Amino acid sequence: MTDTLTTKPDGTTDAARPGSRGVTITLARLRDFALVPPIIAIIVLGSILYPAFRTQATFTDLLSTMAWIALLVVAESLILITGRMDLSLESTVGLAPGIAAWLTLPTGINHGLHLVPGFWAVPIALAVGALVGLINGFLIVRLRINAFIVTLGMLITLRGVLTGISHGQTFFGLSGSQMYLGSASWFGLPASIWVVLIIFAVGIFVLAKTRVGRSLYAIGGNVDAARAAGIRTDRVVWTVLIIAGLLAALAGIIESGNLASVTSNLGSGRIFDVFAAAVIGGVSLNGGKGSLFGAFTGVLLLNLIFKVLTFAGVPNQWFDFLNGAVILVVLMGQRIVGGRTDV
Amino acid sequence: MSLPTAASTTGGTSRPPVVEAAGITKRFGATTALDGVGLRVEPGTIHALVGRNGAGKSTLVSILTGLQEPDAGSVEFSGQPAPPLADRTAWRSIVACVYQKSTIFPGLSVAENLYVNSQAPGRHLIRWRDLRAKSAELLATWDVDVDVRIRAEALTVEQRQLVEIARSLSKGARFIILDEPTARLDAAAVERLFARIRALQQQGVTFLYISHHLHEIFELCQDVTVYRDARHIVTAPIAELPHAELVAAMTGEKAAEATDPRPPAPGREAPVLSVANLTVAGACADVSFEVRPGEIVGLAGAGGSGKFAVANAIVGSRRPDGGTVQIAGERPRRRADVAYRLKAGVGFVPEDRHREGFIPDLSVAENVTMTVPQRLERNGVLSTRRRNEVAWQAIERLDIVPRRPEQAVADLSGGNQQKVVMARALANEPRLLVLMAPTAGVDIKSKQTLMNAAAEAARAHTGVLVVSDDLDDLRYCHRVVIMFRGHVTGELKGEWEDQQLVAAMEGIELTS
Repeated sequence: MTDTLTTKPDGTTDAARPGSRGVTITLARLRDFALVPPIIAIIVLGSILYPAFRTQATFTDLLSTMAWIALLVVAESLILITGRMDLSLESTVGLAPGIAAWLTLPTGINHGLHLVPGFWAVPIALAVGALVGLINGFLIVRLRINAFIVTLGMLITLRGVLTGISHGQTFFGLSGSQMYLGSASWFGLPASIWVVLIIFAVGIFVLAKTRVGRSLYAIGGNVDAARAAGIRTDRVVWTVLIIAGLLAALAGIIESGNLASVTSNLGSGRIFDVFAAAVIGGVSLNGGKGSLFGAFTGVLLLNLIFKVLTFAGVPNQWFDFLNGAVILVVLMGQRIVGGRTDV
Repeated sequence: MSLPTAASTTGGTSRPPVVEAAGITKRFGATTALDGVGLRVEPGTIHALVGRNGAGKSTLVSILTGLQEPDAGSVEFSGQPAPPLADRTAWRSIVACVYQKSTIFPGLSVAENLYVNSQAPGRHLIRWRDLRAKSAELLATWDVDVDVRIRAEALTVEQRQLVEIARSLSKGARFIILDEPTARLDAAAVERLFARIRALQQQGVTFLYISHHLHEIFELCQDVTVYRDARHIVTAPIAELPHAELVAAMTGEKAAEATDPRPPAPGREAPVLSVANLTVAGACADVSFEVRPGEIVGLAGAGGSGKFAVANAIVGSRRPDGGTVQIAGERPRRRADVAYRLKAGVGFVPEDRHREGFIPDLSVAENVTMTVPQRLERNGVLSTRRRNEVAWQAIERLDIVPRRPEQAVADLSGGNQQKVVMARALANEPRLLVLMAPTAGVDIKSKQTLMNAAAEAARAHTGVLVVSDDLDDLRYCHRVVIMFRGHVTGELKGEWEDQQLVAAMEGIELTS
């Protein structure tokens, strides 16, 4: 009747002692690093095939073009780890800078309202993101409507708002403050890259080392047990949804600054890429599992593959096909090779 | 105990027994769920199967219904060997089980529930009118008065059971296992169910009746089989087994009573928990009692007694509809949730460890420290080193195996998972410890470890409330508050006999 797991063949049980900080690489850790070998392989392959691939410019360009998607991946990963999902992030990306531009731009060709001066653009965009998260939270947490259908509805509604205020056209001539993050350069690198790196670093730290971070895993792993452990689960889920909205707004600010405009379809159709990057990076759709480091490797791998395909001269018309196919192949590979059952 | 086994009460019949199981052994890993047990049910009888939690009843049911194969032993139905596991149709035509948990599809109509996956004969399209007519006819045959057009979710528990019984009869089964059928029924519904069972018995249906309510068994059954700790103890006609002997068979030799495990009796300090007139709608009414520091109080009762509702109201996971729960020193608050009670110094082991006890994918260390993040924090940052220290204390205190704080709890055995849940409850050094079914489904050695940890906490001045119907758990209590069907019906103090306790939980007076 007693359990006899004391003697493991690898002897790890004996090595562990109170207070010791033995390096034990668990399966969970391996899962976070699973994509590192393929990433290295693709970099090596690209460098051999295309000498131009090896330059710093390639990587700077790669990181700054994927910056906004990477922020969405952080947002989605936080929500997935908490055991929910949010499809509406891709619309928030467009709506947040869209509203900011609408309220700050002069009237006339830009159909702006010019209600507030330009320096309000960034706070307005962030407020829009937070508001979207607040509404999602109200519908999901308070009214207990399924997150999938709520955020699908929000995806369409928010996109509709942007199309409405912009008359389906593009806002351009954005104010300097709205352009800054997407166009400035800090210490020789685009500011957007720094922002992404800082957000990932903070996110990784908070998820691993703070109680609210760990509570996301607890809620996603077993919400009843988390509640029984004294975690105020509704409050945490709601907060995560708001933070995700803020991150999506930040992604929108960066990308609109990068493009120097807000098109009415900014971000449209990209939520699948976001989910795919997170899931490939080890974040479970069932909640409670995954890390932001893994999610980062996921988004990096997908973008690296596209960089190489660009170098290979694959025509643009085939990119959607390849995008979907690459993701499906990676998922199948993980299921077959790694035996992951939660993708 | 030396009582005759497999005595036939029907007498005179030459028909083979409906079920004859012999030498059944079933192991799950290191745990032996059934150890060479037997069962023989004569045709047309109502045969009781009794035993405490962990006796092996549910494993036997899964073997008798073809859900699991025994490691050793044989099962015969009416003299024929049991069909292969894969042949579900054959099994369904022999035996059916009405579980505590519903097996109907709530969103489908009653008619469709009766004929799931056989809605239309052959490969024809479904003709709903025919299906409804057929279903109505079936229910009429067995005298079940339910409209076949309504959705199954609208049925009462009682109607649902009748529909399930009718469904099994329609598949040809004439041997029906009832697993705790009265757990969620009120007294009048129980009487109606019994009348129904007797009527079906007249029509030649045989029953295996599983219940913790001994008075029901005396009222309804002809034969009884007792299992204890995975072994077959006795089978006898109910008339030949007096109540006290039946309880003795279930609980084991009373002579083997070890030393009193209870810590010294508490002083007369102010109570750490005061429950006054607590009411939870549909579960319990007007419950009042107190727990003092260092005192271990049992809250005992059978299924449907409402004891878990009381416990959940105390720990803040269920909102009371009336009355008050006061933790010493806590500011009274109507809407106290778990986090609030935790802060007031309450630690608890929830009723269902799989649902509320732990996060399976997280490590032992994380689960154990889930209630006490503030103890691990320095400037808002969790310290892995401190987390492992707390986890190591728990591992040593409760003998958690394997001794690895980083092990995911999902990989632990049931007993060790429960120790993790207990460690989580103890981690914030609670002033009140509420243990709900703390040793359910746990082996004997882990049981002792768990309850000794509770006794140790009581020695350190914690008030302990043990919410359980397990006699071994309740031996640790200074006194036991007994609930029956939602009300406090009695209290045992000091010394008591197990029979007294069992009788009180079953709501019957023991005449001895």
